[in-house]
Amino acid sequence: MWAILWKDLLLELRTKERVSSLFVLALLIILVFVFALTPEQLKQPAFGSALLWVALVFAGMLGIQRALILEQERNCFTGLLLCPIDPGQVFFAKFLSNVFFLTVVEAVVAPLTLALLGLPFSVSLLGLPLVLLCGIVGFSALGTLCAAIAVRTRAREIILPLMLLPLLVPLFIAAVHVTGALLAGEVWTGTWFRVLVAFDVIFVVIGWLTFGFVVQE
Amino acid sequence: MDGVRMNTVTSRSGLADSFLPWLTCVAMLAALAMVFLYVPNERVQGEVQRIFYFHLPSAWMAFLGFFIVAGASAAFLWQGKRSADLLAQAAAELGMVFCSLVLLTGPLWARPIWGVWWTWDPRLTMTLVLWLIYAAYVLLRVFAGDNETVARYAAVLGIVGVIDIPLIYISIRLWRGIHPKVEQMAPEMAWTLLVCTGAFVCVFTWLLWLRLRSLHLRDEIRALRQHLVAAS
Repeated sequence: MWAILWKDLLLELRTKERVSSLFVLALLIILVFVFALTPEQLKQPAFGSALLWVALVFAGMLGIQRALILEQERNCFTGLLLCPIDPGQVFFAKFLSNVFFLTVVEAVVAPLTLALLGLPFSVSLLGLPLVLLCGIVGFSALGTLCAAIAVRTRAREIILPLMLLPLLVPLFIAAVHVTGALLAGEVWTGTWFRVLVAFDVIFVVIGWLTFGFVVQE
Repeated sequence: MDGVRMNTVTSRSGLADSFLPWLTCVAMLAALAMVFLYVPNERVQGEVQRIFYFHLPSAWMAFLGFFIVAGASAAFLWQGKRSADLLAQAAAELGMVFCSLVLLTGPLWARPIWGVWWTWDPRLTMTLVLWLIYAAYVLLRVFAGDNETVARYAAVLGIVGVIDIPLIYISIRLWRGIHPKVEQMAPEMAWTLLVCTGAFVCVFTWLLWLRLRSLHLRDEIRALRQHLVAAS
């Protein structure tokens, strides 16, 4: 498992194509919103929260897709499955590498977004990395599972969002609420945050248990 | 061997084919008569409320479809039987039809009563998300072709979709809440609802049966064709 994770990281370290493309894409999405909304609207925490998540989800979807297309293109999946390891471990390796990449991208994009929107910095923003990480974990878990299905179909670019987005609805609602409260400087560790963490746990377990059915030949 | 299988399908279909259409026809006529002739107007909402007798059973059938998908998917992953996979496919397609009916009849009622076509009430949002998950499932089947692997993907999606439903429900419930709840029903209304539900169960079963048989026949044709190609 660590070997697969290490291989993914090494590949990225040498090419740097995934992180850089995701970063530019996320920035572009945010730019579109900035053009569409008035300055007053942009200063509202609710918009900032929605924007952060829209950018993360759409850039992230492409990133996760990419990770599995790479494996699929050269038939590496077959190689991975021939290894005497549990498919669950392959899932965790892919899942962790996706979490890692999205976290790296978000570490730059999130502060940049806050600055671009002119949101006030406050002490409660210290919680933002934790909230973002929670969202990324749930998103990557389901994303890895759905992408593994999508890459083996025709029209994989369209089928991934079709499958993933409706399933992610509960996670979105929770994540956007927690982030909105956080940006507004309110208490954010309430019910919504606990719901978010619970969804994370459920999604990771679902992905881990069902991944084997998806990849087996 | 192909011949033997075909015989069993034809003989089983004989009974259901002669029985189900008539039952459905009678039940549906009875339901229509009750909705339009028997049941009295609701006191506040008037005529418009009659759409409820088709709206609610549709919603139940949509849920029924989803549970069949989940059950059949689990059975398929467990035992790998082709028939379970076909059942899941047929139920998903039907579930989507009834889910669409719910989403169509709802706004027709909501416009005169609430004054808007749509509102982001938990149940409405829930039904929309449900419809989207169904759509993804059906499209996955369309895009991914038809073989053993796809059956497994679809089964995984079907199961994950059902596990997701309570989560969606919790999150949307926490989020906001004006959908009417039925509190008290006049006996005539309850009877009408019961007959309508019965009629919808008949329609659902009949369509499910037809779709299932067409899927089985498609399999048989494919097998026969392969057989011919191999023989020639």
